[in-house]
Amino acid sequence: MNVHDSRILTLGDIRIRLLDRLLFAPLNLTIHPGEVVTVMGPSGCGKSTLLNYLCGTLPPAFEAQGSVRLSGRELVDLPVEQRRIGILFQDALLFPHLSVADNLAFGLQAGQSRQTRRLRVETALLDAGLEGLGGRDPATLSAGQRARAALMRTLLAEPEALLLDEPFSKLDTELRARMRTFVFEHARQRRLPTLLVTHDPADADDAGGPVVVLDRPPALSDGNPTAAAADPENPETVPRLAPSGPRRP
Amino acid sequence: MNRETARRGSWSALALNRAPALTLFILLAPIAAGLLGTLLPAFGWLPVVGAADFSLEPWRALWAAPGLGQSLALSLWTGFAATALSLLLALALLATCHHTLWLRRIRQSLAPLLAVPHAALAFGLAFLIAPSGWLARWFSPWATGWERPPDLAGFGPQDPWGLSLILALLLKQTPYLLFMGLSGLSQLPLESWSSVARSLGYGPITTFFKVILPSLYPLLRLPVFAALAFSLTVVDVALIIGPSTPPTLAVQALRWFNGPELTWRLPAAAAAVLLTLLVLIALATWEGMVRLLGRLSRFWVIGGWRGGMGGIARRLALGGGGAVFACATLSMGGLLLWSFAQRWPFPLAWPERWTPDNWIGQSGNLLAMIGTTSIIGVAATALALGLSLACLEHEAHRRPTFAGRSLWLLYLPLLVPQVGFLFGIQVLLVWGGLDGGWPALVWTHVLFVLPYVFLSLADPWRAFDARYEQTALALGASRARAFWRVKLPLLRGPVAVAAALGFSVSVAQYLPTLFAGAGRHATITTEAVTLASGGNRRVIGAFAVVQAALPLLGFAAALWIAKRRT
Repeated sequence: MNVHDSRILTLGDIRIRLLDRLLFAPLNLTIHPGEVVTVMGPSGCGKSTLLNYLCGTLPPAFEAQGSVRLSGRELVDLPVEQRRIGILFQDALLFPHLSVADNLAFGLQAGQSRQTRRLRVETALLDAGLEGLGGRDPATLSAGQRARAALMRTLLAEPEALLLDEPFSKLDTELRARMRTFVFEHARQRRLPTLLVTHDPADADDAGGPVVVLDRPPALSDGNPTAAAADPENPETVPRLAPSGPRRP
Repeated sequence: MNRETARRGSWSALALNRAPALTLFILLAPIAAGLLGTLLPAFGWLPVVGAADFSLEPWRALWAAPGLGQSLALSLWTGFAATALSLLLALALLATCHHTLWLRRIRQSLAPLLAVPHAALAFGLAFLIAPSGWLARWFSPWATGWERPPDLAGFGPQDPWGLSLILALLLKQTPYLLFMGLSGLSQLPLESWSSVARSLGYGPITTFFKVILPSLYPLLRLPVFAALAFSLTVVDVALIIGPSTPPTLAVQALRWFNGPELTWRLPAAAAAVLLTLLVLIALATWEGMVRLLGRLSRFWVIGGWRGGMGGIARRLALGGGGAVFACATLSMGGLLLWSFAQRWPFPLAWPERWTPDNWIGQSGNLLAMIGTTSIIGVAATALALGLSLACLEHEAHRRPTFAGRSLWLLYLPLLVPQVGFLFGIQVLLVWGGLDGGWPALVWTHVLFVLPYVFLSLADPWRAFDARYEQTALALGASRARAFWRVKLPLLRGPVAVAAALGFSVSVAQYLPTLFAGAGRHATITTEAVTLASGGNRRVIGAFAVVQAALPLLGFAAALWIAKRRT
């Protein structure tokens, strides 16, 4: 058994409230190493709020409960920086005061020799098709190049799970397909449990994993868990969270 | 459409077209003339006192003046120390609180500290830390054994090291830099950057210094410059709480200038020129150090060190911030107590007997000064507000002109030392027979009010959603009507706050009133500083309380206007 296989991301009975109103029906979900689970739903259904809760950046206006376990650790009481969850946003958010290579180096852990660090950054740049662009100002890169650099920065920090917050939505259609392939390949290769939040059905198709549709909970149904865990082995047991059912090709 | 309106050449359109040029003229002409008026006497040309030959004699007299080196060193030390400490404390508070609810609490507690004039805080602090002051009284005699005020040479206000001066500047600069830092943070994608860095494993404080500060500092650069230039050249605070033998260079220059011997005006002008050069060199040195630090820190920034939660650092920063806040609050509280004290002998922590007599006795005097202060403040604020709005409207609706693009020059009055050009302005005013007149007085106040009013209005004005105005125009309103009936009412909050800020800046002015007023117009601030040498704590207390109350009333009115529904 591979050591990575203990990397399972488990969401247990997650409920998020805003002004005492439940955003979505209580959520249970298990994401296995290398699996990409897609969470879909109309805007405002709480998709991004769910990601905020998972990575520990929930705005104080929200109230939330439920367990988040990763590699056997309970994350809920940990600060963001100790969760070891990588996240990619709509914008690449490369830091403007650092060059592309320095942005990547920012992701590396301390305690490696300077040569090792440089080599790892060079390898990552090559991997992302950014060879020779390390010295550039991030603002001079194309949208696709920036997105790939952001993924590399996240991966160099050696996260144990990956959250994707609509990272493809600002790219044009052709670029989006290539970027999806690039991200999913890397996530699978590193056997990262990955949670993708999107409202684009094509994203979900490409991800190929289970799809969860978040929807408003039926009125007054607060407290009745209805979500089933996804079983990656059996595509028929996609969790049903909403009366409308999951979207499948 | 825009150009058509402009071509129509109506009076208001013409005025709008000329607004940036007019504003720059109003600001820069006196500064340029003032610098020239300081430079000429510095090289021996001041016909009023019978000196009409250019020479280096004033400089020789300046070099030969006793204590010059000490004054110079004192100015540099207090200026750099006060600025560096305030910036450090402000950044520490931002670093430890940028991700917490403390940020909002800090924002809310800043307004009163920003409104209180420097001089009032300096009086209060002097009462607080004097050997016979409030602090000593709390611990006497039970802890210290002092039955009479101790004779501690070198401690308390006016200590020869300038420590009390540094503390007084710190009390005022920290809230200012914190305020500018908060407004800078609101222009950055703070939460996104913070989420990214922290999801990569970085602690909150490390995140601030490695990711946020490099983009925040450029937004803070001019405010930090202003704080440094102010600290190096401040006169009123240094008169109240700074060392006196020798004093800082700015105070020394003022002493020579106001001295009984008219010929000392020439070396005084040379000292003002020297101070101006000192500020330029100090700003360049500061910028050089910051850049060097930025370059040296690159290895640390990308070296991968994550940092921890910073619990201890947070407690230190909050402790420092709390101490500054407490010091300022106690200073103002002490002033209020003194103004109502009849007998308050030394070791007692509270006045023995209370009386309204201090106030009643001074009421005539106070009312007259409140009148003068308010007239100057309101006139200068109204002018500054009108010019700022015209410039911002010009920017929003006209093609940028050279003058329109040069509005950063508005910062100039905050960077050039007041002593440096106010000397010259007075020389010119006397020469033109305009000294002591209301127009000169209001104009010199506008120099310092305008930058703050403009800077505080610029952000809300630029962020205004132009579609509101377009909707009004589409509904058939004229451009003027769209401005007066839609844009101005929607932005009345920022306008009211800018006006209150401008008024508070005007109330706090000491040197401009002194020089342009030619001693004929005393404001609450000039009178309070004059009283400082007398040492009557009851009267000083009453004046300083009024000095602090005027701007606070202005801000209260602004808040009321901003919240009121029209």
